[in-house]
Amino acid sequence: MSIASPFRRRDALPGFGFSLGITLLWLSGIVLVPLLALLLRPLELGPLGFWHSVTEPRVLASLRLSFLGALAASAVNVPLGLLVAWVLVRYRFPGRRLLDGVVDLPFALPTAVAGLALTALYAPNGWLGAPLAALGVKVAYTPLGVALAMGFVGLPFVVRTVEPVLRDLPREAEEAASTLGATRVQTLWRVVLPALAPALLAGFAMASARAVGEYGSVIFIAGNMPMVSEIAPLLIVVRLEQFDYAGAAAVGLAMLALSFLLLLALNLANRLWRRA
Amino acid sequence: MSVTVSRLTRRFGPVLALREVELGVRQGEFVALLGPSGSGKTTLLRILAGLDFADAGTVEIDGEDMSAVPARARNIGFVFQNYALFRHMTVFENVAFGLRVRPRATRPPGAEITRRVRRLLERMQIGELERRLPEQISGGQRQRVALARALATEPRLLLLDEPFGALDAEVRKGLRRWLRELHAELGLTSLFVTHDQEEALELADRVAVMQAGQVAQFDSPAALVAQPANAFVAGFLGHAARLPARLAGDALHFDPLPLPPLPRTALLRGVAVEGAVLAFIRAHEWDIAPAVAGEGNAVVRSCRPAGGHTHVELDLGGYVIEAEAAHGLLNYGQPCLLRPRAARVFPA
Repeated sequence: MSIASPFRRRDALPGFGFSLGITLLWLSGIVLVPLLALLLRPLELGPLGFWHSVTEPRVLASLRLSFLGALAASAVNVPLGLLVAWVLVRYRFPGRRLLDGVVDLPFALPTAVAGLALTALYAPNGWLGAPLAALGVKVAYTPLGVALAMGFVGLPFVVRTVEPVLRDLPREAEEAASTLGATRVQTLWRVVLPALAPALLAGFAMASARAVGEYGSVIFIAGNMPMVSEIAPLLIVVRLEQFDYAGAAAVGLAMLALSFLLLLALNLANRLWRRA
Repeated sequence: MSVTVSRLTRRFGPVLALREVELGVRQGEFVALLGPSGSGKTTLLRILAGLDFADAGTVEIDGEDMSAVPARARNIGFVFQNYALFRHMTVFENVAFGLRVRPRATRPPGAEITRRVRRLLERMQIGELERRLPEQISGGQRQRVALARALATEPRLLLLDEPFGALDAEVRKGLRRWLRELHAELGLTSLFVTHDQEEALELADRVAVMQAGQVAQFDSPAALVAQPANAFVAGFLGHAARLPARLAGDALHFDPLPLPPLPRTALLRGVAVEGAVLAFIRAHEWDIAPAVAGEGNAVVRSCRPAGGHTHVELDLGGYVIEAEAAHGLLNYGQPCLLRPRAARVFPA
């Protein structure tokens, strides 16, 4: 007996070769070739030049802000997104559909519009910014503002990943837990959350990835002070404006590598979770 | 544990799922709630477990009013129709769940939990499955895991919602017998919901036949079959043909159906009224013979061997009649003469 190869086996529902061909062609054109360019461009600097380019304090500060901001925003988005998904799936109330639509607004809104709105709201003289400033909390033009904007764009990712899984979660499992003597908290902790964990992790990953790359909605509220509230994508633009194409690509490559490591780590965590 | 349900009412919007239900279950009894879908049997079971709440009426368990007791404090074993196993937990962890979530003061130590779960799995004959996930075992095995999980906290009242519904016939039969033994051995009081009358009659000490949110009759299987309380019970149990008839004088007349009248003395349940009635006649209550010289009143539609006799389906003026005949007496398409020997009548 030979191992059935997907290339040779007869299939009642054919289409493997065709669909894989299109997929590879499209993926190469739209993803792989641009990424290859990103890999090659910084080589103009030479290895040492590349290293100096990405370890400049200003670059390191911006990378730190982009990634830590994205992780923090997503860490907040996971419980909040879960709550939103929970309310949308479990309860029927007037205005539910409206709420359902509102969740997608950060997807749909041009990011610059969101950025302007957030800035107006949280600026020291804005509706929310003024009372917060009175309390001594500065949001706009600080890393906090950056994380806030990142949280704004990331929320729908968590909600929309968790929602279908939550909808599929049989309520009987929770009822069974309660007849077995579990309190509501024990039921959520031992029955509901473990079932949702892979979806929550996936939502976290997607929200983080989006937040890292977010530009439009962040730069207005960030204020873009070098070393304080300047995000990595902005630094790329700054370098491009100085015609330092290789330097811009170097930052891009660093972001790519870090994003890849982040997604890989989350993927591994998910796999470990499933095995446990 | 004894269960007393009185005047229990449950509304879902405009629909009355339960209408002033009365039911008393004695300690150690095995009771079936039998009825067509929508008759309220599952709703009743869920209210007993504390998973649903009545709009009016009370549930008492061992004389204690349950209305303020949440599901988790009732210590009632509940087996769900689709088992509702925890998908991310192994069989072992599923069964151990009820012990692990106990407050620290009453939680057995880890080794004791392991010992008890293993013993229970052995008892359910699924000891070798403890490391599997629910999706990796068969339906019958899942059923046993669900039972083991419900029994792990040592409840004295066990509630089962369509416990055999999703299983194939062979597994069903084995599990039924086994459940009956388990019930007796553990000294449980059990209630189970079913729409399968054979299952109810075979397993239960008493059967509550439910109809449109009420208990139509609550009796032993023998009494239910011999003395159905109303037309619904008579029609639901025992595969009876249901024919319109008329009581007049000292006989039951079936006209316009081509059946001879039946003397009142042959009625198994007397009705004093005159006029239109519903007559129920069971398969073994027919005399059947091949038609001679065109005097037949029915045609054989199908024959199948059933133990000591042949089970025949006949067409009688548009009505489907099930009857028992001797082997080899009748064939498909054959005209024959059908005559009732006995009947139960209820006011139409």
